[in-house]
Amino acid sequence: MRSFIITFFAIAIVAAFLSPLVRAATMSVKNSGQISQTKAPLYPADPETFIYHGHAYDVYNVPVDGATRELALVTKGRTESEFVDPAHPDAGLITWEGSWRTLEPVWVFAPQWGNFLEVWDLINYPRLLFNTIALATIGTIGTLLSCTLVAYAFARFRFPAKGFLFTLLIATIFLPAAVTLIPTYTIFYKLGWIGTWLPLLVPAFLANAYDVFLLRQYLLTIPHDLDEAAQIDGAGPFRILVSVVLPQAWPGIIAVGVFSFVYSWNDYFSPLIYLSTAPDLQPISVGLAAFHSIHYRSPALIQAGTLMTLVIPVLIFIVFQRFFTRGIVISGVEK
Amino acid sequence: MSALPSIRRLRQPSLARREALWGYVFLSPWIVGFLALTLIPMAATLVFTFTNIDLAQNEPVRFVGLDNYARLLADGDAWRSLLVTFKYAALSLPVGLIIPFGIALLINSRYIRGRAAFRVLFFLPYVVPFVAGVLIWEGMLNAESGWVNGFLHFIGIAHPPNWLNEPGVVYPALVTIGIWGIGAGIIINLAGLQGIPTELYDAANIDGAGWWKTLRHITLPLMSPVIFYTLILGMVEVLQYFLVPLVINNGTGDPGGSTLFFNLYLYKVFFTYQDMSYGATLAWLLFAITLAISLLLFWSARRWVYYAGER
Repeated sequence: MRSFIITFFAIAIVAAFLSPLVRAATMSVKNSGQISQTKAPLYPADPETFIYHGHAYDVYNVPVDGATRELALVTKGRTESEFVDPAHPDAGLITWEGSWRTLEPVWVFAPQWGNFLEVWDLINYPRLLFNTIALATIGTIGTLLSCTLVAYAFARFRFPAKGFLFTLLIATIFLPAAVTLIPTYTIFYKLGWIGTWLPLLVPAFLANAYDVFLLRQYLLTIPHDLDEAAQIDGAGPFRILVSVVLPQAWPGIIAVGVFSFVYSWNDYFSPLIYLSTAPDLQPISVGLAAFHSIHYRSPALIQAGTLMTLVIPVLIFIVFQRFFTRGIVISGVEK
Repeated sequence: MSALPSIRRLRQPSLARREALWGYVFLSPWIVGFLALTLIPMAATLVFTFTNIDLAQNEPVRFVGLDNYARLLADGDAWRSLLVTFKYAALSLPVGLIIPFGIALLINSRYIRGRAAFRVLFFLPYVVPFVAGVLIWEGMLNAESGWVNGFLHFIGIAHPPNWLNEPGVVYPALVTIGIWGIGAGIIINLAGLQGIPTELYDAANIDGAGWWKTLRHITLPLMSPVIFYTLILGMVEVLQYFLVPLVINNGTGDPGGSTLFFNLYLYKVFFTYQDMSYGATLAWLLFAITLAISLLLFWSARRWVYYAGER
C-alpha cells in the first residue's frame, strides 16, 4: 500500500515535470486557428467540415429535440439558421432556432505536420543543423584530445606544484565567466576572430576543469601494472597513453565525449556573442532564439522549432544515459 | 660495486626530471588555456577598470584612475540590477537546493517501484537545449494557452496571474523555467543518499526514530557535503543569471525592470554599448561579491558541513 502511494506520487510529479514536453509536442502540430480558440480541444484538431453542393460548411453540435446532433451550418442567421445533416444530405435543409454563435464546433483530429516543414524552411534548418553538428563534433574532438592529455598528466606523473596546479584547475569551475569575458572578447576581436568559429573551437582544444577531473578519476582507477610492463619494454609515455591507458579508459572517454557534444549543442551564450554578425555560421540554439524574436506570435511554429532543436540531444541521452549519470556522479560527488 | 651508488645518484634525479618534464608536456594544453583564457583575462579585466577602453576606441587608451568606480557608485541602474539579482537568488537558491534533494529522497525511497525509470525521466530535461527549454516553458506559462493556468482554472482559480508579465509573479515563473536544470542536482543528491551506510538507518530504526528524526539527524548531516557543493555552485550560477530573460523578451528587463538582472546590465554595457572598461568594472564587482559570499560560505561550512573522515 505504502509502495503504491509513493510510486503513484512519484508518477504524478514526473508527469507534471515532463508535461511541458507533451504540450510542446501537441502545440507543434496545431494550426493557428485552433490555438486562438479557447474551447478547442488539447489535441491538434481542425473544425470538421462537410461538403454540400460544392461548398465546405463547418459542422456544429446542435441540440435538437433534447439530443445533440452533428449538423453542418449552411446559412447563418441571428435568430435561426439552416443546417444540413451530413448523414442524410438528401433530406434537405433543417431550420434551427437560436443563435449559431452559441454552438460548439465539432473537432476532428488533424495534426499539422506541415508546421515542421514550414519551420524547416523559415529557419534554414539544414544550414543550422550542419553548423551545430560541425561545431559540436570539432569541439568534442578538441575536448577529448586536450582533456585526455591533461588528465593523463595529473593521474600518472609526478611533477613539482602538482597539487597546487590541480587546485587551480578545480578553482576555475567556481570562477564567474564574466570576469574573463570582456578581455577575452576584446582579444578575439583584435585577432579578427569575431564572426568566425575560432572563439568557440580554439578554447575546446585547451582543456576544461570538469572533463579533466572526470577523466582523471577514471584514469586513477586503472592499475599501473600494464604501464610499468610497457615501460620496461621501452614504450615512451605517449605510446603508453595510446596503447595501454586509453583502451582501458573508454567508459570515461565516452562520458566526456557525450557530455561535451551535448554541451556544445546546447550552448547559447558563446555562439550568440561571437556569431551575432554571421547568421550563416550560427548553430541552432542561436537560430531558434532569433526565430522566436520574429515569430513569437506563432506558438505552433515556435514549438515545432523547439522540438527540432531538442530531438538529437535527447536521442543521444537515451542511448548513452548510463554514461551521463555516472559522469555526473563522478564529477559532482567525488570532488 | 662502489661505482653503482654514484650511478644511481646520477640517474635518479634525471629520471624524476624526465617524468616531471613529460608531466608538464601533457599538462601544456591546460596551462596555455589557463594563462590565455583565465589568468591573463582576469588581470586584464582589473586593468581595464582603470582605463577608458571601448571596442571602437574613438579616443586613445589612457588611464583614468578611479573614474569607472566613481561612475559605478553613482550608477543607480547597476545597484538596482544587483538588487534584482539578490531578490531572485533569495527565491531560486533555496528552491534549487530543496527540490533536487526532495526528488532524490523520493527516488531513493525503499518503497518506490521502477527507480531506474524515474531516475532517467527526471534527468531527461537536463539535456534539452537551453533555448528550447525556455521557449517550451514560456508557452507552458502563457496566460491564455499555457497549461499552468489551465490547471489553475481547473482547480477553481478564476483569475490566475499572467506569469511572465507581472512584476509580482515573474520570479516564481523564472524559477519554474529553471526547474528543468535540476537533473544533475538530483543525480548528485541521489548518489550522496546511496552513499549513506544502511547500518545507520537500521540503528535509528531500532531506536524508534521516525521519518523526520532520521532525516534530521542522519540524512541531513551526512548529506551536508553534497548540499554545500550544490549551494556553492548554485550561488556562483545564480549571481550570473540573465540568459532566460534575454531569450524571453530580448533583455528589455520587462515587466517593469523586474528582470533587469545584474549580469544582463553588464551584458548590455559590454555588448550593446561596447563599453569595455565600465563593463570590466561591473564584472570585477560581480567577482568580488561572488568571492566574498564563497568565503563566507566556506567559513560557515565549518559549523554545519560534516566530513566523515574528519575528527
